[in-house]
Amino acid sequence: MMKALPETRIARRFAALKKQGRGGLVTFSTAGDPDYDTALTILKGLPQAGADIIELGMPFSDPMADGPAIQKASLRALKAGQTMIKTLNMVRAFREGDDDTPVVLMGYYNPIYVYGPEKFLKDAKAAGVDGLIVVDLPPEEEAELCIPALEAGLNFIFLTAPTTDDRRLPRVLENASGFVYYVSITGITGTTSAAASDIEKAYKRLKKHTDLPIAVGFGITTPEQAAKVASIADAAVVGSALVKIIAEEGASAALNFVASLAKGIR
Amino acid sequence: MWFITALMSTPNTFRAGPDEDGRFGIYGGRFVAETLMPLILELEQAYETSKDDPEFKRQMDYYLSQYVGRPSPLYLAQRLTDHLGGAKVYFKREDLNHTGAHKINNCVGQILLAKRMGKTRIIAETGAGQHGVATATVCALFDLPCVVYMGAKDIERQAPNVFRMKMLGAEVRPVTAGSMSLKDALNEALRDWVTNVEDTFYIIGTVAGPHPFPAMVRDFQSVIGEEVRMQIMEAEGRLPDTLVACIGGGSNAMGLFHPFLDDSGIDIIAVEAAGRGIETGQHAASLSAGSPGVLHGNRTYLLQDDDGQIQEAHSISAGLDYPGIGPEHAWLHDIGRASYVSVTDDEAIEAFQLTTKLEGIIPALESAHAIAHVMKIAGNLPRDHIMVLNLSGRGDKDLNTVATATGMTFGVE
Repeated sequence: MMKALPETRIARRFAALKKQGRGGLVTFSTAGDPDYDTALTILKGLPQAGADIIELGMPFSDPMADGPAIQKASLRALKAGQTMIKTLNMVRAFREGDDDTPVVLMGYYNPIYVYGPEKFLKDAKAAGVDGLIVVDLPPEEEAELCIPALEAGLNFIFLTAPTTDDRRLPRVLENASGFVYYVSITGITGTTSAAASDIEKAYKRLKKHTDLPIAVGFGITTPEQAAKVASIADAAVVGSALVKIIAEEGASAALNFVASLAKGIR
Repeated sequence: MWFITALMSTPNTFRAGPDEDGRFGIYGGRFVAETLMPLILELEQAYETSKDDPEFKRQMDYYLSQYVGRPSPLYLAQRLTDHLGGAKVYFKREDLNHTGAHKINNCVGQILLAKRMGKTRIIAETGAGQHGVATATVCALFDLPCVVYMGAKDIERQAPNVFRMKMLGAEVRPVTAGSMSLKDALNEALRDWVTNVEDTFYIIGTVAGPHPFPAMVRDFQSVIGEEVRMQIMEAEGRLPDTLVACIGGGSNAMGLFHPFLDDSGIDIIAVEAAGRGIETGQHAASLSAGSPGVLHGNRTYLLQDDDGQIQEAHSISAGLDYPGIGPEHAWLHDIGRASYVSVTDDEAIEAFQLTTKLEGIIPALESAHAIAHVMKIAGNLPRDHIMVLNLSGRGDKDLNTVATATGMTFGVE
């Protein structure tokens, strides 16, 4: 067992949501998409628009678990010159105006590995990052980043999936912290949606194994779906739908969309 | 007692890997999304059980001998040997296997495993199309639906293989993402797999991907080296001095090398694709010019930039056009047990032409890379030096590419 982390922004935010008696809204957008300045404008506007927790994607050339929308977002960001240093700078710039909203960096391991895991954890913590979701680091590879992240004071958020059965769940949750991300479908981001009844079943199953809050993602595209999921689980994650609006309509439309999601949830 | 301890603490074999975490040194591992993880563990267990099952071995032997046509001959390339004027060059004729390359060895093993696991749908990625054809072939034989992901760029340059796959009943899905070649086909196959975990078996074509794939594919391909051991003893009464094979992901090379890793006197050389030249940046030489990273489920050497973004590979040979390499090769490279050299597009084409004219064998452009290196070194070696080259595939699929590259036309001039 790891020693418990000092209370993080993530824990505080979920505690506040509980007090308000509602589920949270987690948004995903890619750092540097479509360019640094626009992405920073969106990032800074997210709390005002109603995002409770922010997932910021670290772009990667080969996003193997993502559907076309987030693949394209990654490539747009890279084409516009996004780097890991710029992603961390974005978080630092965001933190100048917001000390409460949790920011979770999400992506794939290779850019972190090449940056240097130790240096990455130090710089991310200093920039104001609260947690990490690294898609291709299952518990079997926890020595790579999860354990060092906890030691550096960052939450490492594990993914659970419909294929993670009751026998395996304890292993996945062993070093989980912050919250648990439930991938509601077997598949890639932004494709199909799970039935509410399946999400409810899965939520109850997970809750038997953990006291951590559970955020549900993959396939949530409308305010109605977000509201429904947030009423079942502790938070709903909206990614591909938001990323599509960023690409097609720009920053203010994206923030309006987040506001409509937030309104549904409240 | 002390000497037993001393013996045990000294690594006395290069053939024991991977460890229980799927690592060869720091390479390998299981870097996959959680959705796939339970399946990967199930696959590992199924493979471990099957490996030691006499019935599985009996089935393998049957299909390899009766369907694939093994053992493949070990052929003394006398005219090439005379031409080069040095080492005695043997070709391990994997080009004579059913479907024309070594890829079928692995496909037979994996489809038998898929059947045992009760999987009802097969997917694969392919670069040159050889693995795609081999997969489509075993799917036809075992009556399973087959989807092959292939980069749009490769579909264009390997048209004959695309047609073969279609004839065999496979669905070829073009991949237009990224660089439209092998790495993107792998991404797309992984995306399919994560979506269809319950019924689908992913037949990976090389010694890469998450554990247990690198070890499993190596084991299925090791039949190449095991046969060479027996055949060369029969032909020469001793083991060879040098082994040479081309390397993209590295399955034909690993298949030849692995049974010889502990024979310390044997020089082991793998030949990467230097494309237009390492210095141009347009190549596929992950070990010669890459650095360690994590992609497609394993840690290995990758072509990437300073920010960990994967770069496009280039090679005239679609089968070598991959920015990574199997993790066991990365380890053998680091510990120095095998050496990794590279050969350019032009050198490979020259070797392709020479082998065709001298031996009446049209080699795959992939295998031509290995021949090109043999052409560089054989002449400086004594005549009793025995060299075994893995002629991993036949070159019929490459005629278009070679015609274009050399300015030749298909008709009679």
